[in-house]
Amino acid sequence: MPGILENILSTIEENCKINDGFIKFEQIQISINPDELISILEFLKDNDVCQFRQLTDIAGVDFPERQNRFDIVYHFLSFKNNARIRVKIEIRENEAIQSITQIFPAANWFEREAFDMYGIQFTDHPDLRRILTDYGFEGYPLRKDFPLTGNVEVRYDEMEKKVIYEPVKLQQDYRDFDIQSPWEGTKYTEKKDKE
Amino acid sequence: MSSSNRTITVNFGPVHPAAHGVLRLILDLDGEVVERADPHIGLLHRGTEKLIEQKTYLQAIPYFDRLDYVSPMNQEHAFALAIEKLLEVDVPERGQYIRVLFAEIGRLLSHLLNVTTTAMDVGAMTPITWGFDEREKLLDFYEEVSGSRFHAAYFRAGGVHQDLPDGLLDKIYNFCQTFPKVMDDIENMLTENRIFKQRNVDIGKISKEDAADYGFSGFVLRACGLPWDLRKSQPYDIYDKLDFKIPIGVNGDCYDRYLCQMNEMRESNKIMLQCIEKMPKGEVINRDSKIAAPKRAEMKTSMEAIIHHFKFFSEGFQVPSGEIYTAVEAPKGEFGVYLISDGSSRPYRCKIRAPGFAHLQAFDLLSKGHLLADVPAILGSIAIVFGEVDR
Repeated sequence: MPGILENILSTIEENCKINDGFIKFEQIQISINPDELISILEFLKDNDVCQFRQLTDIAGVDFPERQNRFDIVYHFLSFKNNARIRVKIEIRENEAIQSITQIFPAANWFEREAFDMYGIQFTDHPDLRRILTDYGFEGYPLRKDFPLTGNVEVRYDEMEKKVIYEPVKLQQDYRDFDIQSPWEGTKYTEKKDKE
Repeated sequence: MSSSNRTITVNFGPVHPAAHGVLRLILDLDGEVVERADPHIGLLHRGTEKLIEQKTYLQAIPYFDRLDYVSPMNQEHAFALAIEKLLEVDVPERGQYIRVLFAEIGRLLSHLLNVTTTAMDVGAMTPITWGFDEREKLLDFYEEVSGSRFHAAYFRAGGVHQDLPDGLLDKIYNFCQTFPKVMDDIENMLTENRIFKQRNVDIGKISKEDAADYGFSGFVLRACGLPWDLRKSQPYDIYDKLDFKIPIGVNGDCYDRYLCQMNEMRESNKIMLQCIEKMPKGEVINRDSKIAAPKRAEMKTSMEAIIHHFKFFSEGFQVPSGEIYTAVEAPKGEFGVYLISDGSSRPYRCKIRAPGFAHLQAFDLLSKGHLLADVPAILGSIAIVFGEVDR
């Protein structure tokens, strides 16, 4: 089995422009530039050695401190070679990326999810709507700067006879313990003591 | 004729009993024929991935029970395997056998519920009572090992939480002896039933190519005739030491999906018997005190153990930075966890790949041209559970 993976990786390296490629945990990982996305994925799908027939998953990842803020991570599966590959792309916050729904129809909802959760724009996507969050939701919940509790809460209002949206009111601040050093206590209690 | 061009838009759900959860389907109908189906999902979205980022690895495990709540332990399995690969730790053999045994119990739980409720959606009222009777027995096994019927949190990184209680294996063995009889009963009721066949044969048909393109996995993919099962192709735990067959369909319609599930249950029964027969003695979890809590008895005498206990449940264990995608053959298909660790004791990112998400995505393709009455049959045949679709 390792022989097949190395063979695939060297074929990709010969034919495509990739930034980085290695094999870890019996999975191939390559990182590529956004411009080459379509051509490389077409190669991965159609090349006889690769035959990555199925798109398994698309995941966004947020690194707020990086200049290229988001990673988009594609996972593909080859039934014939019994192999998996991970394709990574870095993009900036307001950069759009080409949709791959033309090559892999399964990408449709996965891209909608990445758009919904991270606000990543996919060009030429047939139907880029929010998918998991509420109708009329604002913000991108999986970004690291989005609060865990969210911004709005809903309740049924007996007077107005309808469901209403209000800013989140918490009885207690959200406690984010610094679990690496439990002896020093949490930061928010220190802050309050000083006040 | 203007009347023949008029399509009617119908809201199916969000609280429709045949939607098996909270699904809002917007259907464009021409008479009774479905022209377009637009599933609106997310009504059960709980932000699992966001929550997991805030928890330690141990605290994240219970969230996996709540994804596909029909077969909770199969989800934990994927997460436990992902952590183990990053930590590069081994699982004692007994732990692996227990995990496979309970993963197969999960498969029975899922298929029993799904086959019988789908049968009810198309008019067969009896099988659901038999299926749920069996499910009740299986959930008792869950309760015996974990203390909980559904939200088990039993599979941990490095093994399982506790050893099996005395006599449980005998009970499971007895179950495995009587279960094929129940399967026969359900099959007698459904497989050659004229009404059941009329409602399922040639309904929701999909080709092998389309199924692969749309990211199908599990029995939905196998029903199209593609022999692909992660337990065989990328075996994890002790699946490579067990003898079992993978049922493959031919036509890729609702009826083949039903047959695949039925035959998978019989194979699962065989796997369970083999696990009981071969199960060795020994530890059930890797006793490295960094990843498993010390035993209670040890804590009575050892100061070290108390420190480990405290550190384990407050700080958790640190996972070396890296990333990993692991997938298991969950009852509904390939359930994957893409885990990124930054070296701390919390996951940096945990993307959950749910099989139902991909299956539901192709619902427009599956239902186009079929009657409105076929919609529940198709929906049931692809085994949708909203806990995992919406996450």
